[in-house]
Amino acid sequence: MIQSSNLSKNYGVTTVLKIEELVIPKGQTFGLVGNNGAGKTTFFNLLLDLIQPTTGQITSNGIEVDKSEDWKPFTSAFIDESFLIGYLTPEEYFYFIGDLRGRNKADIDTFLEDFEEIFNDEILNKKKYLRDLSKGNQKKVGIVAALIGDPEIIILDEPFANLDPTTQIRLKKMLRSLSENKEVTVLVSSHDLNHITEVCERIVVLDKGLIVKDLKTSSETLKELESYFAV
Amino acid sequence: MISHFLKLEWKQFFRSSYWQKSIALNLLLAFFGLFLIVMFLSMGIALYPILKEEFPASDPFIMVNNILFYWFLADLVIRFFFQKLPVMSVKPLLTLPIKKSKIVHYVLGKSTLSYFNFLLMFAVIPFGIMLITNGYNVTMVLFWIFVLIGITLIINFLNFLIENLAAKTDLSFLPIIAFTGVLYALNYFDIISFSTLVSNGIVGVANNPFLILIPIAILSGLYFYNYKILKGKLYIDNSLKSKALEAKTTDLSWTNKFGDIAPFMQLDIKLLLRNKRPRSSIFILIIGLLYGLFFYPNPLYQDRVWMFVFVGIFVTGIFLINFGQFIPAWDSGYYKMLMSQNIKYEQYLKSKFTLMSASVVIMFILSIPYVYFGWNILLAHFVAAVYNIGINTHVIMFAGAYNRKKINLDQRAAFNYQGTGAVQWLVGFPLLILPILIFLPFYYFISFESGLLVLIVLGLTGIVLHQKIMKLITKKYLASKYEMINAFSQEN
Repeated sequence: MIQSSNLSKNYGVTTVLKIEELVIPKGQTFGLVGNNGAGKTTFFNLLLDLIQPTTGQITSNGIEVDKSEDWKPFTSAFIDESFLIGYLTPEEYFYFIGDLRGRNKADIDTFLEDFEEIFNDEILNKKKYLRDLSKGNQKKVGIVAALIGDPEIIILDEPFANLDPTTQIRLKKMLRSLSENKEVTVLVSSHDLNHITEVCERIVVLDKGLIVKDLKTSSETLKELESYFAV
Repeated sequence: MISHFLKLEWKQFFRSSYWQKSIALNLLLAFFGLFLIVMFLSMGIALYPILKEEFPASDPFIMVNNILFYWFLADLVIRFFFQKLPVMSVKPLLTLPIKKSKIVHYVLGKSTLSYFNFLLMFAVIPFGIMLITNGYNVTMVLFWIFVLIGITLIINFLNFLIENLAAKTDLSFLPIIAFTGVLYALNYFDIISFSTLVSNGIVGVANNPFLILIPIAILSGLYFYNYKILKGKLYIDNSLKSKALEAKTTDLSWTNKFGDIAPFMQLDIKLLLRNKRPRSSIFILIIGLLYGLFFYPNPLYQDRVWMFVFVGIFVTGIFLINFGQFIPAWDSGYYKMLMSQNIKYEQYLKSKFTLMSASVVIMFILSIPYVYFGWNILLAHFVAAVYNIGINTHVIMFAGAYNRKKINLDQRAAFNYQGTGAVQWLVGFPLLILPILIFLPFYYFISFESGLLVLIVLGLTGIVLHQKIMKLITKKYLASKYEMINAFSQEN
């Protein structure tokens, strides 16, 4: 599904990302962990063609992301709050994204019914603009919006940060059910080793832009990660 | 402590991506500023001999004092539009061990160093020296200069109070226009002769040095009032963060007939209605519409038909210029999202084009009543509208590909007046001037109609080639995509 070869990103003389080869097969739930500056967001930005690679390329479903825009219909992402439009209400934002992804109002309304639990009565019909919601609630909107239109690739950068414990648990449940769907590839990054081992089938550890570990999640994985990061 | 603040500002200024991208624009501003200084300086030197020669019977000193009132009014209006309270991102400083009073004193103190405060002095001081060399009393002249410094500073601080007041309303420029307009009218119709009052007051202080205490008292009063207001605002829960307004949902389903650009049209309309900055570009439409009234009723302009073209371009294009010059910066806050979304750049740009063209058409229709002042005006406006749609919309969208300045729509900070300064009007000049330059030679050497014909042919060519031009513009935007994403993700 996603294939990157000889990928690197330099700013001046510093290399922030250098990945020889990384293949993420279709349907995998893929986790990225690493300390600050490890290159997690850089990788996602490259995958979304928001920055240009210095060398190499990423292909998504056989499409080179910086050559063609045809990957956009089946890819969706929530990287940070700048993905939200502050002056829209949550409903309007969902409808807008729905419009872009070929879903009409009624589709979105049905779609949103599944998330009532996560929204916890704080998001919909509150007559508030997105800019006036709390950080956690903004994040919920962003994550849910990234699921609109049955995308085949979902990219979530630090989805657990800023969320309250209840929502973290619900989000994990949601991501696990997504990973059962073998049509959907999910890419998640996190600083929380517990969460990511619970959710992901495969975990890649980045350090200063390099892949240092590539693990298939098992009962040992959490221990292995903890001992790696306990320096 | 002050040196810390200064260092922060220095870095903020030179490290913003905006500065690096628009050196030319900054140079232009600097040049303009320098030009004004030279003008004032030469006026200060030449004023005394000129007045003496032209009006040998009157005292140049009194004559200058008589016109000062107009300068003060003009100063107030100019400052309102161009001088902004020195913005400092105060939020990160609040929890640091810095006394709040220090932050406020710094912000206010820095404003006294504004260019506007020095401009008048470039004229006043040489004029004062001329007065002394011509035998005027030295103490009187000195205190005359002191009073003017005092009044200039009073206007400086008065401006912030007015701006602070104005920032709370959408029609921000109305109070200042009304205020100065009323003063001017009262003076003009001799109901209250402010120009004499001001003149007498200034001369009075110059002759009785102890009266200088009055402007000093007013100045301190204003300073401390400003101080109090600003200090009260340094809490993140009230002014640094704006109140959450209840969201109003608007039914915009009528835009659906625009097909695939409808989502963007709806987004743009909401953008205009729900954010303070863009909302003001709607209100400016009213000003634009009334602009013709400055010229058309005046018989002086009835012969200068070339003015019709200028006014036509301005009236029908005011929204186009105001809104268009910030494409795509209006969407800078969520530009990353748009770029990763399932959209075609062309649809995105086409929505903006449609919106601007619609505004031109609407403005043209609303300006039809000007036909009262002559059919030529209607004709000129029609041609100008076609030119605006065919040429200016494309030009401004093309220029947008070079836009690198983020606009913060949220306006949470109380000191945030960004993007409303002098620069935004500079961008409009070529759009206004170019059609005149094209029109004038045909007008002079052939006829009024032939000039219009050339403009309308240009406009129609632009409309016919619309698809092709849009392709070109889209290509340009795609080429600068990464740079824009990078610049828009930086706070200024």
